[in-house]
Amino acid sequence: MAAPLTLLLIVAVTIRAVLFRSSWAELISERVEVVSPLNAWKRVVEGLALLDLGVSPYSGDVFHETPFMIYLFHFVVDYAEIVFMIADGITAVALYLSIQTYNKNVFRKQKYALESDRYPADCLELLRSPKEMFYIPLKVAMFYLLNPFTILSCVAKSTCGLNNAIIALFILCTLKGSALLSGILLALATYQSIYPLTLFAPALLFFLQRLYIPVNLRRSSFWFFTLQYAFIYVGSLVVITGLSFFLLGSWDFIPSVYGFIFSVPDLTPNIGLFWYFFAEMFEHFRLFFICVFQINVFFYTIPLSIKLKEHPVFLIFMQIAIISIFKSYPTVGDVALYMAFLPAWSHLYRFLRNIFLVSCVLLACSALFPVLWHLWIYAGSANSNFYYAITLLFNFGQILLVSDYFYAYLRREHHLTHGLYLKKKDGTEATLVLK
Amino acid sequence: MLILSSLLLFILLAAARDEFQEELVIRPLHSGDIYASFQFRTLWDTDFLQEGQKVSHYRLFPKSLGQVLSKFSVRELHISFTQGFWRTMQWGQPFIPSPPGAELWVWFHDTVSDVDGNWKELTNVLSGIFCASLNFIDLTNTVQPSASFKPLGLGNATDHRFLRYATLPREIVCTENLTPWKKLLPCGSKAGLAVLMKSEKLFHSSFHSQAVHIRPICQDEQCSSKAWELRQTLNVVFDLHTSGQGKKEWSLFKMFSRTLTEACPLASSSKVYVDITDNPELFELSPATPLLGQAVVLGDRRTYSVYDLIMPTSSMVLSPCALGDMLRPLLHAERYVAGFGLQTGEIHTVIYNNHPYRAFPVLLMDSVPWYLQLYIHTLTVTSKSRDNKPSYIHYQPAKDRHRPHLLEMLIQLPPHSMTEVTVQFERALLKWTEYTPDPNHGFYVGSSVVSALVPSMVAMRTNFTQDQPLFSSFVPVKEESSYFVRVYTEPLLVNLPTPDFSMPYNVICLTCTVVAVGYGSFYNLLTRTFQVDEPSPPLSKRLANLIRRMRGVPLLT
Repeated sequence: MAAPLTLLLIVAVTIRAVLFRSSWAELISERVEVVSPLNAWKRVVEGLALLDLGVSPYSGDVFHETPFMIYLFHFVVDYAEIVFMIADGITAVALYLSIQTYNKNVFRKQKYALESDRYPADCLELLRSPKEMFYIPLKVAMFYLLNPFTILSCVAKSTCGLNNAIIALFILCTLKGSALLSGILLALATYQSIYPLTLFAPALLFFLQRLYIPVNLRRSSFWFFTLQYAFIYVGSLVVITGLSFFLLGSWDFIPSVYGFIFSVPDLTPNIGLFWYFFAEMFEHFRLFFICVFQINVFFYTIPLSIKLKEHPVFLIFMQIAIISIFKSYPTVGDVALYMAFLPAWSHLYRFLRNIFLVSCVLLACSALFPVLWHLWIYAGSANSNFYYAITLLFNFGQILLVSDYFYAYLRREHHLTHGLYLKKKDGTEATLVLK
Repeated sequence: MLILSSLLLFILLAAARDEFQEELVIRPLHSGDIYASFQFRTLWDTDFLQEGQKVSHYRLFPKSLGQVLSKFSVRELHISFTQGFWRTMQWGQPFIPSPPGAELWVWFHDTVSDVDGNWKELTNVLSGIFCASLNFIDLTNTVQPSASFKPLGLGNATDHRFLRYATLPREIVCTENLTPWKKLLPCGSKAGLAVLMKSEKLFHSSFHSQAVHIRPICQDEQCSSKAWELRQTLNVVFDLHTSGQGKKEWSLFKMFSRTLTEACPLASSSKVYVDITDNPELFELSPATPLLGQAVVLGDRRTYSVYDLIMPTSSMVLSPCALGDMLRPLLHAERYVAGFGLQTGEIHTVIYNNHPYRAFPVLLMDSVPWYLQLYIHTLTVTSKSRDNKPSYIHYQPAKDRHRPHLLEMLIQLPPHSMTEVTVQFERALLKWTEYTPDPNHGFYVGSSVVSALVPSMVAMRTNFTQDQPLFSSFVPVKEESSYFVRVYTEPLLVNLPTPDFSMPYNVICLTCTVVAVGYGSFYNLLTRTFQVDEPSPPLSKRLANLIRRMRGVPLLT
C-alpha cells in the first residue's frame, strides 16, 4: 500500500504548491474561517518581528502562540510553506498507519468473537470483511489530504496544521501501544491548545484495554496504570512549560495563550459559536457564560468514556469532534481532522439517518460563508446576523453529523449483541427506539 | 501692630512680584483669512520645589489651577481645545500648534508614587474646571511617549514614566469651554484684550483653539529665581470671505464685534502686534503708529506694528492690497486611511520636507487605539521611492481594553522630498456595549505628532530677554540655527464592523438552542438504550387492568 499512499502524497503536495504560488494564497490567509487569532500566520510573523524589535511578543495582544512556535519558526520562517506541507503529510501518514493498526485490531477481535460464537446468527451481514477494510486507511489519508478544508488551512499557513499533526502522531503512538510517547505527544498537544486534555481518557481506556486491565475503580491494577500514565502526561507537560519559561524568561505566555483561550477577549468572527454570543452578551453575565461554554467542551468526557469504554478509538473521534465544534476559536482545519476519520466508520452507513441532510447543510454553509462575509464586510448590504446565521447552521450540521454517527455506532453494537432482525412479542417486525 | 504691618508689607512685596502680560498678534494670511493670536502670561513667584509649603494667597494666578498643581504634584501641564484643522500649507506655521479636539499632556514630579492614579484624578478635576468631557481620558487612550514630549520648562529629569499624553479627537469646543477659560484671566473678560473675546464671533471661524500651558521657568539668565508661568493662548483664524466681508478690509470691530477700550489694570504690558511684513508700503493702518518691532519667529524675520494699550488708542482699520509670497512651511504632514471594507486597512502618514538643500530628522509619534490592531512587520518608510529605515523605533503594542499602541520613530527626511510611512491594521469587533451611540459615524484615531528641529534660514536669538514679545518666547530656543516645530496631522475616522444592537436576547436564545441540541442528542444517546418498541395497550384495556389489580384478580394480556 505504499505506492498509492506515495501517489496521494505527491498529488496533495502538487495541489498545495500550485496554490501557494498563485494569487489565491494571499486571499486565503486573510479568511476568518480558515485562520483565527490563535493560529494565523500573520500573527506569527508579527510576533517574530516584535522579538526582533526587542519587545516581548506577549506584551501586546496580537501574538497568542506558544513559545514552542517562536522557537520553531525562528529557524524555519523562510521555509514555512514546506513546513506546513510536511505537517500535512505527517498527519496523513500517521492517520493511515493508525487506522491500519486499528483495523487489524478490529478484525482480530471480530475473529475471536466469531470463534467463541458470541454473535447472534442473523447479524453476520454486519461483520466486516478484510476486502472491505483494505482501502480504508488510504481513504482516511485521502479524506484528510484532499479535503478542501485542509488544503485551505495549509495554504493559509495556519498553525492548526501543526496542531493536527501532533494529535495524529499521538493517535498513532497510542494505537501502537507506546504509553511513553503517547503521554509526551498528548502533553505537547495540550500545551499547544488546552482542549486535547480531554483525549487523556480515551488514551487511558485504550491502554487499559490493550493490557487487559479491567476498568474497575476498586482494582489496584487500574489505579497503578492510571497513575503511571498520568505521571508521564503531567510530567511532560510540566517539563515543556518549564522549557517555555526559559525561552523568553517570563511567564507572560500563560495569560497570553491560555488566558486568551479561556477568557475569549477577542471577538473576531469565526465559524464557532462564541464570537457573536459574547459580542452581544450583557456584561453582568459574561463570566457565567464563559464558564458554561468552556465547561461544555470538557464535561462530555466522563459520560462518553463510561458509555464507550470498550471502544476507545471511536471515543477519540467523538472527543476530537466535540473539541472542534465547541472550542473557543475553531477553524476549518479542526473540522478537517475529525472528518478524516469518517471512512473508518463507513460500515455504519446503513444506520445513518440524516446523512443526506447533514451533507447538504455542510456544503451549503461552506459555500455561503465567504458570500455572506463579503456582503457584510465589503458590500455593506448585509449585517452581522447573516454571517452569524450561517455559523449557527454550520455548527448545527456538525452536531447532527457527530450524533448521527454515534447513533449508528451504538445501534450496530446493539444489533451485534441482540441480533439484526428483531421481532416484537407477537412476531411482527420490530422497530428500535431509544428509551 | 508691628507684626501685622510687616506681614502686610511682606504680602505686598511678595504679591508685587506676580506679573501679568497680555498681547494680541494679528497676521493677515495669504489665503485672505486673518489669524488672531491672543497670549496671556501670568507669572507666579512661589518656591514650588518646597514640599509641604501650603500656598493660600493667590493674587494673579488662578486659585483653581494653583490647587491642581500642588495637589497632583504637577510639574508641567499643557491642555488645548481646538475646533478645526490648521492648514499648514495655506496658512503657514501657527505660533502654538494644537491638534483637533482636546489634548492634554502632563509631566509629574518624580516624587509621585502612583502616576496613573494622579492622572485619573487630574483629568477629572480638569474636566470640571474647563467644563469639558476630559473624563473620557483613561488608560485606553493615554500613552507615555518616550521621546516626543520633552518638558518645555525647567527640569532635567526626563524619565518618561512621569509623562502622560492623551488626546480626545472627538471633543468639541464651545462657549461652555470658553467661559471658564476666560475666568482664569486676572481681569476676566471685563478689561484688556479679553474684552474682544465674544463667543458668537470667535466660534464663527475656520479655526479656534484655546489652550492653557503651565510650566516652571527661570526668571533671569542665571536662573537664581524660578517662577510658575501660566500661558493662556487663544488662536483664531477668521475667514473674512464667508463672514460676509466683500472687500479685503478688516477692523477689530468687524472681527470681534467689540472694540478695545482700555488695558487690564493688572497687566504690566498690554500690546497688539500687527504683522506688516508682507508689503508694508501697501498696507494702510489706521490709526497709524510709529512703533515698529521686529522679531524672529518660526525661522522667519517679521516686522510688526506695535500698539501699546497702556497708552490709549482707538480701533484699528487696515486695508491691504496685494500680498507677496508666503514663506513655504518647511515641515508639513498629512495622514489618511487606505483600503476598503471593514476588515483591514492601512494608515499612511506623509511628511514633506520643503527645505531645498538641508535634510533633518523628525520624530513621528503615533498613538493608535487598541481596536485597530497594528502589524508592525508591515511598517514601511519610503522617501523618494526608496526604503528609508528609521534610526530609532520605540513600539509599545496595545493590550486589548487596557492601553493603545504607541509608535515613535526617528526618521531622517532627505531635502525637498516626500516621506511616506505605511502600516497595516485589522479592525476588531467590539462588544456591543463598547460602541458609541452613533457607531456608524466611526471611531476617531488621534492625530500623529511630528516634532522636529527645523533648520532656520534666519539666525534665532538664544539670549534671554524679559521684554521679548510673548509669541516668540513660547518655545525655548537652544541653538541659533534651528527652531522647534511640532506639526499635527489630521485625525482619522475609521469604521468598525458592528454587531446588530437589537439582538442580544435573540443571540443568546439561538446560540443556547444550538448548544442544547448538541447536549440533547448526546444525552439521549448516553442515557437511553435501544429497546424494541412494544405498542402500548389501548385505554380501555389499561383501565380494566388497573381495576383488576385493585381487585387482586389476574391481569389481561
